[in-house]
Amino acid sequence: MIKIVKRDQPSRAIFFFTPVLAIFLTLVAGGLIFFILGFKPFEALKFFFIVPIADKYGFSELLLKATPLCLIAIGLSFCFKSNNWNIGAEGQLTFGAIVSGGVALLFYEQEGFYILPIVILAGAIGGMLYASIPAILKTYFNTNEILVSLMLVYVSKLILDYLVVGPWSNPEGFNFPETRQFSDSAKLPLLFEGLRIHAGIFLALAAVVISWFVFYKTYLGFQMKVSGFSLKTARYAGYKGKKMIILVFLISGACAGLAGVGEITGPIGQLHREISPDYGFTAIIVAFLGRLHPVGIIFASLVVAITYLGAETAQIFMQIPKYTGQVFQGMILFFLLASDYLLFFKIKFIGSKK
Amino acid sequence: MIIDINFIGLIIASIMASAVPLILASCGELITERSGVLNLGVEGMMIIGAISGFALMTVTGSLIIAVFGAMLAGVLISTIFAFLTQTLITNHVATGLALTIFGIGISAMIGKNFVGIPGKEFPVLFEGLKDTIPLLGPILFGHSIVFYFAFALPFITSYFLKKTKIGLIVRAVGDSPESASNQGINVKLVRYACILYGGAMSGLAGAYLSMIYTPQWIENMTGGRGWIALALVVFSTWNPIKILIGAMIFGGLTIIQFHMQAIGVRIPVQFLTALPYIVTIIVLVVISRDSRKIRLSTPSSLGKSFHKDN
Repeated sequence: MIKIVKRDQPSRAIFFFTPVLAIFLTLVAGGLIFFILGFKPFEALKFFFIVPIADKYGFSELLLKATPLCLIAIGLSFCFKSNNWNIGAEGQLTFGAIVSGGVALLFYEQEGFYILPIVILAGAIGGMLYASIPAILKTYFNTNEILVSLMLVYVSKLILDYLVVGPWSNPEGFNFPETRQFSDSAKLPLLFEGLRIHAGIFLALAAVVISWFVFYKTYLGFQMKVSGFSLKTARYAGYKGKKMIILVFLISGACAGLAGVGEITGPIGQLHREISPDYGFTAIIVAFLGRLHPVGIIFASLVVAITYLGAETAQIFMQIPKYTGQVFQGMILFFLLASDYLLFFKIKFIGSKK
Repeated sequence: MIIDINFIGLIIASIMASAVPLILASCGELITERSGVLNLGVEGMMIIGAISGFALMTVTGSLIIAVFGAMLAGVLISTIFAFLTQTLITNHVATGLALTIFGIGISAMIGKNFVGIPGKEFPVLFEGLKDTIPLLGPILFGHSIVFYFAFALPFITSYFLKKTKIGLIVRAVGDSPESASNQGINVKLVRYACILYGGAMSGLAGAYLSMIYTPQWIENMTGGRGWIALALVVFSTWNPIKILIGAMIFGGLTIIQFHMQAIGVRIPVQFLTALPYIVTIIVLVVISRDSRKIRLSTPSSLGKSFHKDN
């Protein structure tokens, strides 16, 4: 007989084990889906998860996709830890890209070392501005941040669309929905000849280190943790709730904005209609899979980045639609949430032991 | 310029038609939320309904199978949500987001083979009466059965919640799960039922989009309507009749785009498309500003898990 017993305390070992379990279960379920679709499960999984990163180029692509995911997820972990549901990182990424792209376009005929820092800063500010909308509405008007941040995603994409089709479109671009190419000084340098991985990865790594420091070494990190645990306790302890809400939104907006900068000043070097394949939404999964822990998020961003590459490879070699990537991402989160049950409950096999 | 009075009737009818999916999904979600469960997966359930309805219609040729199949698909996908949040006690927000991401992915995967296939004509009722009454004729007659159902639903929902015993139980579970449980009500069972019902209504809303409103399958064709439906529930302060008003406002914003363009108003099309989202935010701010009113009308246990220790 099986009996389910509540644990006295959530198990710490299982806390870090369940993400691994979730990934494993996702692979099993994914294999099953491939089987139903009429593919050989192991071959399909190989195309999905191993072939894309088997060579140097593939590995560079993996890092290229993991960079924005990691950066955004780090920012989101500030929000999620303190119980703020910012799910509009995609919009903050887009708006950050718009602002930094606009600044880059101002300098399109100029070269100079000062251009890139200004462009990067502009992106962070753009993301912060956009994230401040749900934050301010939440703190001063009691408005649900989930819905506001999400609605703003649609708005940001329409603003981008308007700009690249209309006023910012390349005058010599034959009406393609894209801007001029930025000058080389406004582009993030590539790290290796022939590979697309660029210096944006250092922004992500810096975010990891800084967030680790803030979470575990500062009073702010402690306050966030308490607020996330219980808002009542936080209020009782006299924390300035409003200030913190705005702060965590600004941090996560800045991170998403920087991810936007990476997307447009990295390999592409211009603004166009689709700058992000929903990195902002996928990063939510990355943040959870990484257990809102900076190091965990690094691993999670690599794992989830594979689903993007795998979806592309599987589409080319097996004609599996690329949306399979999203299916995998949804499943990872389902399984992760489900296996969290083991954190709080023990499954006992009675009879075999006694 | 002489404006034909029937033309105004037609515009109002088209606003109502675009309000239908919002009404269906919002009324479903309202019941779910009234039982204390926040399901953010409306967009995902809706798109699953849209592809299921369209695919079943194309494969079986039967509209009835397609409509009920879409509702069943909504029920099935919401079962995942119900199992996770109720049995495994997961976080409602995160689970709902996973449902939306998963739903969009699955729908595109299934929908790959249905892109570009023309839809079928969906039968309308009282077509002959359309010209009998000026203005009201086009508003009242010549619509699909789903259309009439949608406009009856807020009243049915209101009656259900206020006047029936089961409605009372749903509200009790949402407002005070502990005392409901002490009264011998199976809280989880009620919540399961309310989640599945919400799934069915979202599925129907999706089927309306892909089978009646724009009869074809387009990837991501719900285009945020699921999220607007969620916002409408807040807008209504959990009162089904007000959903009707809200849905008409948003239907109006959607329809106005087309007419503005037709008249030749020189506003960028992107701005008009963004209008429903911007108005949603403004409306949410106006409604939520009065925090006391929101607190009074929000189901007290909304989004909180309930677990009875054995």
